[in-house]
Amino acid sequence: MGRYVVRRLLQMIPVFIGATLLIFLMVNVMGDPVAGLCGDRECDPATAAQLRKEFGLDKPVWQQYLTYMGNVFTGDFGTAFNGQPVTELMGTAFPVTIRLTIIAILFEIVVGIVLGVVTGLRRGRPVDTGVLLLTLVVISVPTFVTGLLLQLLLGVKWGWIDPAVSSEAPFDELIVPGLVLASVSLAYVTRLTRTSIAENRRSDYVRTAIAKGLPRHRVITRHLLRNSLIPVVTFIGTDIGALMGGAIVTERIFNIHGVGYQLYQGILRQNTQTVVGFVTVLVLVFLVANLVVDLLYAVLDPRIRYA
Amino acid sequence: MRGATHAKWAACAAAVALAATACGGGGGDSGGDSGGVLSSSWGDPQNPLEPANTNEVQGGKVLDMIFRNLKKYDPKTGEAKDMLAEKIETSDSQTYDITVKDGWTFSNGEKVTAQSFVDAWNYGASLKNNQRNAYFFAYIDGYDKVHPEDGGDQSADRLSGLKVTGERTFTVKLNQKFSSFPDTLGYNAFAPLPKAFFDDHDAWLQKPVGNGPYQVDNYTRGNQMSLRTWDQYPGDDKAQNGGVDLKVYTDNNTAYTDLIAGNLDLVDDVPAAQLKNVKNDLGDRYINTPAGIIQTLAFPFYDGDWNKSGSEKVRKGLSMAIDRKQITDTIFQQTRTPATDWTSPVLGEDGGYKAGLCGDACDYNPEEAKKLVKDGGGLPGGQVKITYNADTGSHKQWVDAVCNSINNALDNDRACVGNPVGTFADFRSQITDRKMSGPFRAGWQMDYPLIQNFLQPLYYTNASSNDGKWSNQEFDDLVDKANGQTDEAEAVKTFQQAEEVVRDNMAAIPLWYQNGSAGYSDRLTDVELNPFSVPVYNEIKVS
Repeated sequence: MGRYVVRRLLQMIPVFIGATLLIFLMVNVMGDPVAGLCGDRECDPATAAQLRKEFGLDKPVWQQYLTYMGNVFTGDFGTAFNGQPVTELMGTAFPVTIRLTIIAILFEIVVGIVLGVVTGLRRGRPVDTGVLLLTLVVISVPTFVTGLLLQLLLGVKWGWIDPAVSSEAPFDELIVPGLVLASVSLAYVTRLTRTSIAENRRSDYVRTAIAKGLPRHRVITRHLLRNSLIPVVTFIGTDIGALMGGAIVTERIFNIHGVGYQLYQGILRQNTQTVVGFVTVLVLVFLVANLVVDLLYAVLDPRIRYA
Repeated sequence: MRGATHAKWAACAAAVALAATACGGGGGDSGGDSGGVLSSSWGDPQNPLEPANTNEVQGGKVLDMIFRNLKKYDPKTGEAKDMLAEKIETSDSQTYDITVKDGWTFSNGEKVTAQSFVDAWNYGASLKNNQRNAYFFAYIDGYDKVHPEDGGDQSADRLSGLKVTGERTFTVKLNQKFSSFPDTLGYNAFAPLPKAFFDDHDAWLQKPVGNGPYQVDNYTRGNQMSLRTWDQYPGDDKAQNGGVDLKVYTDNNTAYTDLIAGNLDLVDDVPAAQLKNVKNDLGDRYINTPAGIIQTLAFPFYDGDWNKSGSEKVRKGLSMAIDRKQITDTIFQQTRTPATDWTSPVLGEDGGYKAGLCGDACDYNPEEAKKLVKDGGGLPGGQVKITYNADTGSHKQWVDAVCNSINNALDNDRACVGNPVGTFADFRSQITDRKMSGPFRAGWQMDYPLIQNFLQPLYYTNASSNDGKWSNQEFDDLVDKANGQTDEAEAVKTFQQAEEVVRDNMAAIPLWYQNGSAGYSDRLTDVELNPFSVPVYNEIKVS
């Protein structure tokens, strides 16, 4: 187990370097960001040169990348164009997005798995068909449509929630945005669980468990669910990273100042420091989530063992 | 009034959370006449919030509230009136003696003196401070020493043209005659700065201190700025409300939704998509008034194809092929007005706006358009591509409409296509690198309401915003002449002659004047937009 974890951690290094380098190059290809800093007019050449020097844009790209990575290892993610250190931006953006992601993941786990188990056990019954139809609708409607509709209905027409989340973004204000963010993944989790449960229900060990006379809830939770959860856990694990980085649409609609919003601003302003900094952290989140998922396999299915 | 209490509650929560002043401080106890606090939509300023470093509306909005300059532009007429200036005197339009009024202080108690101005201007001009607006000081003697254009080492830290002659007096020596110089002094870049700015710059940026009717109560960058009325403000334009909470919105559609739901009091940028509903939603709480903004199509004069004899006919032909009226009515729901000159109606006739100066060239006339383009040697390469940035504004819609109009007029499906560029920064860098191969979107928001500001920065040889690199000796001479004239009416007339040169060459196609649009909740009264399309916050009353 220990060796496996170490090997996996070592594998992360090339992935990490590759991903950051790619992002770095992509942002750089977009052109000269200083040109956009002076609004609808040209920066005077001297100021532009000075700004380029300040942001390190006057050096060749490979050198910029090396300096950048060197700084990252000391915890310095550079400065955004508005003069704020990127770490400060992260400090305000990540807690908000993490709260949003927690809510979304909770929705996925609780609602998605419960619905999946219920439908998986009642395949072909009206409940099953109903949920299948519902998930189909959720999957096929784009997030921004669900988001805007809920915002309009709950926020403006019925006044149950505020259409915009305040800058502190506490948990209770994030429930509806979290549901919107989770919606598509939630539908997938339901369907994955349903298939998996339906499949395993007929397997030998379940029959044995029932034959032993175990109570039904114990059969379902200890035997059936545990084995059926492997694909679901894989999906939810990778989804953590996807939700954090992909919250741009939801965050824009509900005025959440999280990672998605900062990334969007960073890309619009072609701010290499902001974009690369945030993506670097997201890559890390992704890698760690994947590692945790792999380790969870062993817990769920004792047959899977890491040497 | 569910919304109202809610907004107030949120503001209090923010104040308490950040352990700043108690909640009543701004609203309730401040001397009776100032009322409640209003909330207003805001965008995250792009650059650090310093007077000489702020060149966009969002940061400018704050500076308007926390600073007062030597001059102030009248919110209704745009006229530059004395604010902190007791008198500004000159005998030759080149050396100005300025006296600062007595009794003004910054909100931290420091006196506003001549030194406050001179220090601030020196800071703004100095190359080592990276100020985006440094070129505003370019008229002052010694600018080339503190801000060498070639990027060489700066040989001085202070402008030699600025001299403090007393506690409240200083002189400004310009490097050329510039008769309307005093009128430019209302611009934010010329704001005075307190010593605190230089002593602890970082702390100042966290919580800017100025001399205006409001002071910053607390500022969470990227989220919210709470401004509260400054009780000891000595000016006669005291705030009529208790303060303003500027809230950063990720999207102006969300801000609008929040306004409709009653959680926000003021939106100063009604999103294009909502223009159809806005009258239904808000009735007469919707404002749509002219602002000092003009949209044009510029041309790359560095490209031989657009700068040969006869190509002015092609440009004029294109101009006549655009049905401005139809586009402003359908796409912009009349929040733009078809342009008939190269300035803006907010200048007023005395200020140099002249309706119809463009003449036939701005009237939709497909036959004449076709003929002119043909006479001028046809479209370069058989097709024009209009380049624009697709990330902000709704540029795609109108560019497509303009192209449609051109295609219809010229009876050619492929005469015009839009050429989107992903981001504004990339769009700007393509312009700076002179990579444009055809007309491109150009917008101009005035810095100060002067006809000079609509012409010189845009069309003077090598001027800061002359993106098309148009150059014309006759135009340059007329501008120089106008700047040297001390009689205002005379100067305006000369500037209009220069504008006629722009017209005869069709240096840029004027499209439309842009209006400022805003919507507000029923808690507010006396909401107006100034000629810069920024709400006049200090006039707003909260019930």
